[in-house]
Amino acid sequence: MAELASKEQTSRSPLIGLIISIVLLMICLFVSIALGAADISLKTIYEAIAVFDGSTEHLIIRTVRVPRSLLAILVGAATAIAGAIMQGISRNPLADPEILGINAGAAFAVVIAVFLFGTSEPIFYVWCAFLGAGVSAVSVYLLGSLGRGGMTPLNLTIAGAAIAALLSAITTGILIISQRTLDEIRFWLAGSVAGRDYAIIGQVLPYIIIGIVLALALARQINILNLGEDVAKGLGQKTAWVKIAAAVAVLLLAGSAVAAAGPIGFIGLVVPHIVRLLIGIDYRWLLPYSAVLGAILLLASDVVARLIIQPQELPVGIVTALVGAPFFVYLARIKVSK
Amino acid sequence: MKQNTFQFRSRSLPLSLRVKQRVLTVLLLLLLVTLVAMIASVAHGEYPIPPLAVIQTVLGLAENSDYAFVINTLRLPRTLVASLVGLALAISGAIMQGITRNPLADPGIIGVNAGASLAAVSLIVLFPNVPVGFLPLSAFAGALAVSLLIYFLAWEGGSSPLRLILIGVGIATVIGACTSVLITFGEINSVSQALVWLAGSVYGRSWEQVFAFLPWLAVFMPFALVKTRQLNALALGDDLATGLGCHVEWQRGWLLLISTALAGAAVATAGAIGFVGLMAPHMARQLVGSTHGSLVPVAGMMGAMIVVVADLLGRTLFAPIEIPCGIVTAVIGAPYFMYLLVQKRNQ
Repeated sequence: MAELASKEQTSRSPLIGLIISIVLLMICLFVSIALGAADISLKTIYEAIAVFDGSTEHLIIRTVRVPRSLLAILVGAATAIAGAIMQGISRNPLADPEILGINAGAAFAVVIAVFLFGTSEPIFYVWCAFLGAGVSAVSVYLLGSLGRGGMTPLNLTIAGAAIAALLSAITTGILIISQRTLDEIRFWLAGSVAGRDYAIIGQVLPYIIIGIVLALALARQINILNLGEDVAKGLGQKTAWVKIAAAVAVLLLAGSAVAAAGPIGFIGLVVPHIVRLLIGIDYRWLLPYSAVLGAILLLASDVVARLIIQPQELPVGIVTALVGAPFFVYLARIKVSK
Repeated sequence: MKQNTFQFRSRSLPLSLRVKQRVLTVLLLLLLVTLVAMIASVAHGEYPIPPLAVIQTVLGLAENSDYAFVINTLRLPRTLVASLVGLALAISGAIMQGITRNPLADPGIIGVNAGASLAAVSLIVLFPNVPVGFLPLSAFAGALAVSLLIYFLAWEGGSSPLRLILIGVGIATVIGACTSVLITFGEINSVSQALVWLAGSVYGRSWEQVFAFLPWLAVFMPFALVKTRQLNALALGDDLATGLGCHVEWQRGWLLLISTALAGAAVATAGAIGFVGLMAPHMARQLVGSTHGSLVPVAGMMGAMIVVVADLLGRTLFAPIEIPCGIVTAVIGAPYFMYLLVQKRNQ
């Protein structure tokens, strides 16, 4: 990240920086495909993609590493944009799908659904995740704004922590009662992009694309909203509609990300802050940058997660938490005054 | 206004006590409810025992030796652990709320319990042969390290209660991730043992755990009761407390030590049972007001009651499957916490 920062601060136009980031993303993608438990030469990688012959190594590339890397890119981009929008709309520097209990809500809904209906269709996960994310987002938002002083970062964080504690307690309870649910779900619950196939990517891709398009279309409005609600209204903005559209975008993005990869936290918190340092607060640039850097961060975390303690691998959610939570503490120190 | 009080002054010892009658009544009532719940808890199970027989056996009056084994070896230590752990957690929470002057502070939410769990799990996973007696020690060290870390990170010309909580939430997440790493890569047998700690359960606790825990309670609980006067002074604000002759930072340090010792030992014994330290002091405040001399003991008794009842509920609700009592307390405690958050606005 450090080299990236220096590179981008020297560039004048945000577009050049964005292109550099995309090149970096491509390099990360390549590294992610090349590195892993099995040693595979560069030539084999090329052959696996160009002239597939069905050998074990080609199979590993095609069915394990490529989908995994693509999913990391999608999930990273989606959560980073979701986080950026949440921070923009609530004007809360600490907003993140993990901190505000949205991930816990999605996980809870999926566990409940598997427990009650016993299905494990990927499409089912997606809709349950949307529903759960939506319900918990709304309740955290309501609870947070009910506390003293309105929707302050403290109230939102506390409401998020409380809802997350409640939901994860019930989730654990269900997993203890029903061994079958535990069996079907524990792999997903860890928060990992490992072992996902193209079917899952196909299920969430449309929603992520709709979410990203919606978010980019809203960028200008979020810029105006950031001037303050009164100013935005004075400029003729229908702030309620902007907020609702933004919430829909967040739910689509965060919900699909959780549905595909399980709860992965802190990408949505860290990335928008880094981007703000690089290019400022114009959401028309901030959102695409967040998408690319979010994808890079999750890809890199995934590579670390799989290399750090071979032959086993860490769930990537743990890596992002280890990186992101200290960042959260730093932000709480710097950005939150008494 | 003159209130009915009981007074006790010792001529030889530097000790005097003055207890409001209301506090005494509330304490006795809570004790009664807790005892009833404990008896019900011991009586209930796959092999039901009539409550009268429970009382007789515990008091050593019964001849029936079938009951004696089930009660004395299996069920009694478990219930005892539940009550003692509740006592410790609630007192720890009451102190924590007092020194941060924040009614939402709870060892569970600001990461102290997480620190204790991490230390306990590390010990279990990395050094499986260490005797049970060391667990409270390492959990205490973990809890202390975390509370100091939070305290220092939240420090900026004084410790702001707001930052204390936010930073606590962040630290709890980091520690949770570290614990997950240990759980993922530890040796499977020790990991499954460690998982029991994490869930917050009193399942299968024996006399060994009771005796490992008791010294901590015996040292730090009287200490907490003695320090309630300083807690009252601190509650007035740092400036007033200093004016009243209280060494603010020293006293806060002592109280933090007591609070983390109690929470750490409790977590070492029964895992991170959440929200007890939050709920009990609030309920106690409703009953006896916020003078810490009466608040701390009543909160402690209330905590004992909550955990015993939660354990009983966890065993009966979905029998034959047991829900760890930590989950029961979280399901009750989290909504209560939200209620407090909303209600705080109207004050």
